[in-house]
Amino acid sequence: MNTPNTFMAGPDEDGRFGIFGGRFVAETLMPLILDVEKHFNEVKDDPEFQAQVQGYLKQYVGRPSPLYFAERFTEHCGGAKVYFKREDLNHTGAHKINSCIGQILLAKRMGKKRIIAETGAGQHGVATATVCALFGLDCTVFMGATDIERQQPNVFRMKLLGAEVRPVTAGSGTLKDAMNEALRDWVANVHDTYYLIGTVAGPHPYPVMVREFQKIIGEEAREQIMEQEGRLPDMLVACVGGGSNAMGLFYPFLDDTDVRIIGVEAAGHGVDTDEHAASLTGGRPGVLHGNRTYLLQDDDGQIIEAHSISAGLDYPGIGPEHSFLFDAGRVEYHSIKDDEAVAAFQLCTKLEGIIPALESSHALAEAEKLAKQMSKDEILVVNMSGRGDKDVNTIAKAMGTVL
Amino acid sequence: MSQTRLKTRFDQLKAEGRSALVTFITAGDPDLATSKKLLMGMPGAGADVIELGMPFSDPMADGPAIQLGSQRALAAGMNLKNVLAMVREFRQADNDTPIVLMGYFNPIYSYGVDGFLKDAAQAGVDGFIIVDLPPEEEREFAIPAQKAGLDFIYLCTPTADDARLQLIADRASGFIYYVSITGVTGTASAVTSDVDAAVKRIRQHSDLPVAIGFGINTPDQAKTMAGLSDAAVVGSAIVKRIADNLDENGKAKAGLSEAVLSYVQELADGVRAAKA
Ligand SMILES: Cc1ncc(COP(=O)(O)O)c(C=O)c1O
Repeated sequence: MNTPNTFMAGPDEDGRFGIFGGRFVAETLMPLILDVEKHFNEVKDDPEFQAQVQGYLKQYVGRPSPLYFAERFTEHCGGAKVYFKREDLNHTGAHKINSCIGQILLAKRMGKKRIIAETGAGQHGVATATVCALFGLDCTVFMGATDIERQQPNVFRMKLLGAEVRPVTAGSGTLKDAMNEALRDWVANVHDTYYLIGTVAGPHPYPVMVREFQKIIGEEAREQIMEQEGRLPDMLVACVGGGSNAMGLFYPFLDDTDVRIIGVEAAGHGVDTDEHAASLTGGRPGVLHGNRTYLLQDDDGQIIEAHSISAGLDYPGIGPEHSFLFDAGRVEYHSIKDDEAVAAFQLCTKLEGIIPALESSHALAEAEKLAKQMSKDEILVVNMSGRGDKDVNTIAKAMGTVL
Repeated sequence: MSQTRLKTRFDQLKAEGRSALVTFITAGDPDLATSKKLLMGMPGAGADVIELGMPFSDPMADGPAIQLGSQRALAAGMNLKNVLAMVREFRQADNDTPIVLMGYFNPIYSYGVDGFLKDAAQAGVDGFIIVDLPPEEEREFAIPAQKAGLDFIYLCTPTADDARLQLIADRASGFIYYVSITGVTGTASAVTSDVDAAVKRIRQHSDLPVAIGFGINTPDQAKTMAGLSDAAVVGSAIVKRIADNLDENGKAKAGLSEAVLSYVQELADGVRAAKA
């Protein structure tokens, strides 16, 4: 990166954040990816397109999402004041819809008739199926067979919304395999299909494009905290699967170096076991799904299956911009285990009357730890990336309850 | 251009007035010993160029047949070092048949590009087809490979316009691989008239031999496509013959290699009948 005094300059024209990112895709997809980039560059600064996006975000998604002072959670921690950025209150119940609105409007502009998407927790699948219903486009969602099993409510929601849910049995039947299958479908249907990627990963321009559509989270949070507290927060915390809710919250604060920023990876059974999803903490740089980034892989460069109780974090990679921010030392990445997330899920539900997504529960668990170490006049903002209704079956199972 | 094994082979076939049969198998599929036997038997069965797959956990551009082959190979303990060892052993018996390694970039990146190129050249590898390295990423591997005297074979697809064809032609070496379907390997059959037009279009941009692949599933199609180009590439159809000869535990049945190689012979007969 040429401008050493900013962390916000990436990516360069080759889609690189430092050494990360790029366009590692099959030749068949190259013309299409260049076309997506061209259209994205056109709309990025087009006031008419932006107004269209803002209109849907306000009237359909329900933005801005509140920045809520979690008083009882704060009291419980006994340290920093904890605010929740309430992405769980968005239409469809997670932050994923922010980028879906932007991307579907782009796909329409490109004249595409059919939308494909991958999904882990089903939140991105539901958000995609939702915008496809809204705009009358054909929708196919690829979902790992294991994830279909643990996210039944979302599978049914997608079907109700008119999407076809295609089970993927290859590999461990989770998010990575769903993404492979979506890429295979795309190669076969380039002429009429747009691949609506759900996170800040994949080939350029997806990581930057999804970040641009998600950065509204951080822009709002910044304005809201100035309004409510008259100053910037001391710390931001967000969970990281591919990294879109985290990039969305973090990006507008990257150059405010007094703000400590923490991404939370899923530690599954522990990063010292071979069952986790912490690609930064436990992986090394490699190339998968169109970009260079930190990956869980063996000595031969074969990708290792990730594990997390949370389907939305169960991915062996991470968006390339996070890899860059990790190497640059601007963002710290911690990790939270399955059982810690389950405990935070229950804690938040009881203390605040908010049922958080299992993904967001990872951020909450880390926020709880960190807030405890902070003083009462400090401020911590945690991204409540989604609601947890979809996870009640998984939680019941973890608690040994039969529904 | 120096006289590489690939150039020698294509020149020689041109003199004979026929096209090449390029066969694909994944190294280590279904197990190391059987795979070695298949590799050793390929030239005798009529393969003119061999594509040897480097197995990868996430073969995004491959259909079910090659995905499964890749999984079998990994389960059998195949890795990049062993792939090179297989090539080294093959070279002791055959110093003429070109071997092109095909696969995805991550295992190579993990091995280290410079070390891999050195070891591959020493083992007797002639070139590479790396599916997830388009021209936009040429600095990663294509340029270093060509600097090391090895061919980097670019894929060229029906989605390419003339500008893109030129971009590819400017960088290609060895041969140009025309992906005759928009899709992953082994999932559809190429349409003759489309391929004919595409090959003619490619020839306006490049003097390199043009091979056709991804959409050839029978000896008959191999014959047709060989008639339109300089080489017919068959992969999934061969890998399916491997799968057909596994027992219920996924182990090679007796006679697997004979069955697979006799199928290769059928393909070779088809290709040789194309331009007699
Ligand atoms: C509620 C919620 N939070 C977080 C994630 C993780 O994705 P990302 O890291 O892209 O925000 C998901 C993914 O499904 C999700 O549903």
